[in-house]
Amino acid sequence: MTDEPTTTPPRTVQLTVDGTAVSAAEGDRLLDVCRSLGTDVPTLCFGDTLTARNACRVCVVELDGNRTLVPSCSRPVEDGQVVHTDSDRVRHSRKLVLELLGSSVDLSLTEGVAAWNERYGADPGRFGEPAAPAAAGERDRLITGEHPDPDPDHAATVAQPPKVDNPLYVRDYGKCILCFKCVDACGEQWQNTFAISAAGRGFDTRIATEFDVALTDSACVYCGNCIAVCPTGALLPTAEFDLRAAANWAPERQHETTTVCPYCGVGCNLTLHVQDNEIFKVSSPSDHSVAHGNLCIKGRFGYVHVQPPRRRTG
Amino acid sequence: MFGAGGGTSSYQEVEDADLIVLWGSNARHAHPIFFHHVLGAVRRGAKLYVIDPRRTETAQWADLWLGPEVGTDIALANTMARVIIERGLVHQDFVEGATSGFEAFAASVQPWTLERGEAVTGVPAWAIEELAVAYARAGRAQLCWTLGITEHHNGTDNVLALINLALLCGHVGRYGSGLNPLRGQNNVQGGGDMGAIPNRLPGFQDLHDADVRRRFADAWQHPIRPEYGLNLSEMFDAMAEDHLKGLYVIGENPAQTEADSALALERLGRLDHLVVQDIVLTRTASLADVVLPATAAWCESEGTVTNSERRVQRVRKAVEPPAGARDDLAIIAELAERLGRPLGSTDSEAVWEEVRSLSPMHRGMSYPRLEALGGIQWPCPDEDRLEPPFLHGRLWADDPAERGPRAPFSVVHDAPPIDRLDAEFPLRLTTGRRLDSYNSGVQSGAFASPLRRGETIDLAPADAAALGVVEGETVRVVSRRGAVQAPVRLDRGLRRGLAFMTMHFPDEVDTNQLTIDASDPKAGTAEFKASAIRIERLTGPEPATPTAATAATATPTTPTTPTTPSADR
Amino acid sequence: MDLHLTRNEPSTPERDAVDDVLGAPADRTAAERAATGQILRAERGGQAVRDRRHLLLPALLALVDRVGWLSPEGLDHLSGRLGVAPAEVYGVASFYALIPLEARPTPTVAHVCVDLACRLAEGASEHRRRYDEDPTVTVVDSPCLGQCDRAPATLVSEPGSPARHRVDTTATDSSTSDPIATSDPIATAAIAQRGEPDLTLLRRVDVIEATDLDAYVAHGGYAALGRALDLGPAAVVDEIDAAGLVGRGGAAFPTGRKWAAVAAQAAQPHHLVCNADESEPGTFKDRVILEGDPFAVIEAMTIAAYATGCEHGWIYLRGEYPVARERLEEAIGLARGRGLLGADVMGRGFAFDLEVFRGAGAYICGEETAIFNSIEGYRGEPRSKPPFPVEVGLFGRPTLVNNVETLVNVLPIVAEGAAAYRRIGTAQSPGPKLFCLSGSVRRPGVYEVPFGRTLGELIELAGGLPDGRSLQAVLLGGAAGTFVGPEHLTLPLTFEDTRTAGTTVGSGVVLVIDDRADLVDLVGRIAAFFRDESCGQCVPCRVGTVRQEEALVRLRSGRHDRNEQDRDLALLDEVGRAMRDASICGLGQTAWNAIESALTRFSLFREDEP
Repeated sequence: MTDEPTTTPPRTVQLTVDGTAVSAAEGDRLLDVCRSLGTDVPTLCFGDTLTARNACRVCVVELDGNRTLVPSCSRPVEDGQVVHTDSDRVRHSRKLVLELLGSSVDLSLTEGVAAWNERYGADPGRFGEPAAPAAAGERDRLITGEHPDPDPDHAATVAQPPKVDNPLYVRDYGKCILCFKCVDACGEQWQNTFAISAAGRGFDTRIATEFDVALTDSACVYCGNCIAVCPTGALLPTAEFDLRAAANWAPERQHETTTVCPYCGVGCNLTLHVQDNEIFKVSSPSDHSVAHGNLCIKGRFGYVHVQPPRRRTG
Repeated sequence: MFGAGGGTSSYQEVEDADLIVLWGSNARHAHPIFFHHVLGAVRRGAKLYVIDPRRTETAQWADLWLGPEVGTDIALANTMARVIIERGLVHQDFVEGATSGFEAFAASVQPWTLERGEAVTGVPAWAIEELAVAYARAGRAQLCWTLGITEHHNGTDNVLALINLALLCGHVGRYGSGLNPLRGQNNVQGGGDMGAIPNRLPGFQDLHDADVRRRFADAWQHPIRPEYGLNLSEMFDAMAEDHLKGLYVIGENPAQTEADSALALERLGRLDHLVVQDIVLTRTASLADVVLPATAAWCESEGTVTNSERRVQRVRKAVEPPAGARDDLAIIAELAERLGRPLGSTDSEAVWEEVRSLSPMHRGMSYPRLEALGGIQWPCPDEDRLEPPFLHGRLWADDPAERGPRAPFSVVHDAPPIDRLDAEFPLRLTTGRRLDSYNSGVQSGAFASPLRRGETIDLAPADAAALGVVEGETVRVVSRRGAVQAPVRLDRGLRRGLAFMTMHFPDEVDTNQLTIDASDPKAGTAEFKASAIRIERLTGPEPATPTAATAATATPTTPTTPTTPSADR
Repeated sequence: MDLHLTRNEPSTPERDAVDDVLGAPADRTAAERAATGQILRAERGGQAVRDRRHLLLPALLALVDRVGWLSPEGLDHLSGRLGVAPAEVYGVASFYALIPLEARPTPTVAHVCVDLACRLAEGASEHRRRYDEDPTVTVVDSPCLGQCDRAPATLVSEPGSPARHRVDTTATDSSTSDPIATSDPIATAAIAQRGEPDLTLLRRVDVIEATDLDAYVAHGGYAALGRALDLGPAAVVDEIDAAGLVGRGGAAFPTGRKWAAVAAQAAQPHHLVCNADESEPGTFKDRVILEGDPFAVIEAMTIAAYATGCEHGWIYLRGEYPVARERLEEAIGLARGRGLLGADVMGRGFAFDLEVFRGAGAYICGEETAIFNSIEGYRGEPRSKPPFPVEVGLFGRPTLVNNVETLVNVLPIVAEGAAAYRRIGTAQSPGPKLFCLSGSVRRPGVYEVPFGRTLGELIELAGGLPDGRSLQAVLLGGAAGTFVGPEHLTLPLTFEDTRTAGTTVGSGVVLVIDDRADLVDLVGRIAAFFRDESCGQCVPCRVGTVRQEEALVRLRSGRHDRNEQDRDLALLDEVGRAMRDASICGLGQTAWNAIESALTRFSLFREDEP
């Protein structure tokens, strides 16, 4: 009478990826299969702890019998699928996605983009000179369903000054690709605080608090679970943001060590990111059963008491 | 419970439960990531019931929140038990096959009619009945609690009252159903498991068990005396009676965390010799004869800690400690050496291997295995397999022999808080944590939290109105033991007559000057949750209170970390 | 849940507006108790509160109806009442064009249509000037209002209790001197075929009083439902399947297959959604049915629900159709009163009821999965398919979504049988079809013809082009459709023939563009439309629609040399193909269609080519 959940092995399906016959477990996604084959599929909005949003569309593959390309991050495997991960159509769409993003968003901190641009021959500059950055808060006041006539001389972007309204983390939405992962992590999928949401529509969509109030007036509880899932550096702990801004960023002097949080008894694993013996960021392993990559404000930011110069002995 | 010192269930089981009761727990703030698992269940459709005198952030997530009078948990539990029995919802097979003492228990709750339950707890009868029925009928039910249950003069009885409910309904010993105290500190579970409590040896093995003592004596080449030590409250009593003259405090700040701090300070002052080992100069350390600067166990040294789901996990050194700080193990080893009893290697893995050799429930946990599996739940006697994630599965075994000792019902009686309300002290003060702070605030006080507002006295809006005080106004809070000054904050989650404070800012507002040192005789936990107070407006020049003096002389932050806590707080 | 609210109190009208939608709150007493500090001992919350999220959009619209915008206090109050966090409410509200987040200069707002038919209409600038010069109204540009037969058109909304919405148009044959007063939704000219004997779908429109249930019954109403109840659910599905009915919303999916799939789902309950979010520029046929024959929609939905096992139906009606809403609600009430909806439909032991759910200004919400999110109180973003709505739809349950026109086709099929139905139209496109004729024709309006009539015949039916005008182009199927030229006049308008010809029937738009019209301007408007209406979820559509419009603006600027022109044309093609291939939903996938067809078929921006 212990009725532990039984684990019946999932059904196996057969499919073909780039000419290679492969079997996969029912419930797997095409992305899982591609990765198991060593086929590199670029992803941006995919997060291993979140339901796939398939918003960025950089992971699309061609699936025989489908009118359009399909997102490999969310498309379940099925028997008999014939998948092409490097067809002309796939390469074209990936290239355009990289160009469209690269031309409108600052991807300088997004891992992998430079190599993918190279691979797909993407040239984000070809849509014209980027428009001047918006003033602070300007994009947050855009009106849904309206837009001014486009400027023939400039390509529209989401460039804007970073939002610095609290001591713990910075929101640099000029780097936001709208993967929606922060919203999902803050919302129903993990934190359930709902301090932020996608607001507006179309190209004017932005991540925002209600009426763009400062974080300190919002529901934010500074768990930083949004930072943890941000793929572009649009959300950074202030310590890391400052380190980068001070041009003192030195990956070769950095290391990561995973330990356990010193606060309550839940036992969340903390990965401390250290440069020159100072912690500049705390993350949590996403594949760990206690916290699934999440933390609370104390775990994420409560390390300062062991940092110099606050603590000394003798 | 039933011979094991830990919660019965894994976090995953909480997520897979059909019904979760959080009793005296503001997990949303005090155990945020545990609450993620609760939310996972809620989002899947599980029902959440929260019992707390305050309508906390946690309670706001509940399908039904019950707000009893502070200290009436046994009355509530016994009323629920009577409903379950009267309505024929008792799990007969389980009660008959795996428990003892049902008849006496059933007789003891007979007087707890819904009417009486409502009269004593203040919770409407319909709500008590609904919770009792839902709990009894749920397929998988988790009953979790925190200090709202244990920080009472009768905390152990409170826990027993909850265990009774689980036994009645068969909600223990199977996947998804269980009884779980949520641990307040990162290694309070591990501390107990390792014998840092008065009556146990490493592996939670009873000091009165001769076989156990023999094994340890063989390994350590030293006889083990079959005597229980003192718990924290008993130690302070012993100090008061001058039986205890020397104290070695590791990672604890009793000068600020004991109830009735004036009394605690007086007792610490009577000691002949006080040694404090900590990562910073705490208030307690500042009173010490000898301070031993230690490394921060969680990031400056290697070892293991154990969490609320009994998961033993590795802590690792990530940063170099400040000059002069030494590892806890090294300090203890050198002390032992100077006392003439060398302990051998202070390498953490070597120490862990010794634990494994002496503690059956840790035997299967090698360092490489802990690494590979992301920690392992005890018990884990074998290196080649894992046990079920829940405890006490034996109670459901078909074979009575396999079932082992029966789980006993306990007859427990309602006992109101010691600190009575009267005309002079009409408000009930209860205490707890805030999301961004922790204990006496010295670890958490160091970072700049945008949520932090400092200590406040939280009042129901109507009480504030009746007192003529407004939000932000500093008032004097007076109990039978002392007084402090704090600004008022209004909290709509408080009903009239209920007030709330934390202990996060003892240097500014020493809340423990108000709390009562009435301790549970079994656990030694003080009744932090129930003090009687009154609010006085400050008129004219500020009176010179002890609080004002403290605030004037204290440094802003005096951090401490409990490396080996001795009380779950 | 633990909401972070500011505690700023809403105004009384705001509180009333929310309470009108959410009901006099049980939890208000709790809030009051908390505020006064009375005994606070037990409180319900959790799922019971969160289960009401589908009331979010109705409550937001109620606030706008009452005070003209969503104020921070109103948002806060609604957030607390529904247990939906303020940021989420804001995210949802800001998705919709009809929910202003700032107070407007005047409470009364004129949504002046700037879309295709209204651009082409005579007197458009005079029409607009009327509002521009009126200090009591605030003018807002609007996408297509679905009044193309009477363009130019403006939706005027005046908040209050109740709010007043009216549609101002210039009916083409209106005898009234003041066009502003012409807010009768069915201008007589709209149904030029009124009363013709072989009409099927339009036979009652403008013939009977729309909300006269007796007249509806006298004109054959509820015969189909009676027959359906005799046949039994499975036989009804078979009949629809045998009739070869395909969806009329644009995607042309076989209706019978969809019904069978929903009926077969084990998960319960099943939901029924009538897609009445007609927003495709140039489309107004569903409006004419909804306003002119609302009982037909209700009866058809009842049959669909019976056949597929749905107990509840929703008519997702675009927010710009106030008259349709009024009539539908009246008709639903009458049908309910007559036992034609409710717990025991026609006394036959079958339960079904339905409600009108009002959209709030978002073209994307016509996408079938975006409807679900919109009804559920989320941003109206399309979902990823699979899973398909028949399996996982509204509230995660099996859901049948059919367009208005598709549904009313069910009535003749069930009443007269599949065989009779198939005698209309062609073998591969059986049945009648509604076409929306607008632009440069003498008698714009909705026309019902059997599938198979040619484009030229249809234009003739609408009286042909006015004297002195010649045909430049026709936009078929709306903004998501394609431009065709005079060479397509002989094209039979069937699914199969249009597909072969590289165009589409789409939603039945036939927007006639004469020689004087500026095709480049229309193409520019289509690009702007998609940029405004993209939901913003996926990169190809969100950024692609911007880059598309920018390239067109550059091309129109006249400053390009040939090389730059070619580069931009190639760029448009590359962006367009990526949008078509990699967008999540039909909006992005078709955002390049019309523009591509204009550029290729009419050699726009290549004038100097030999």
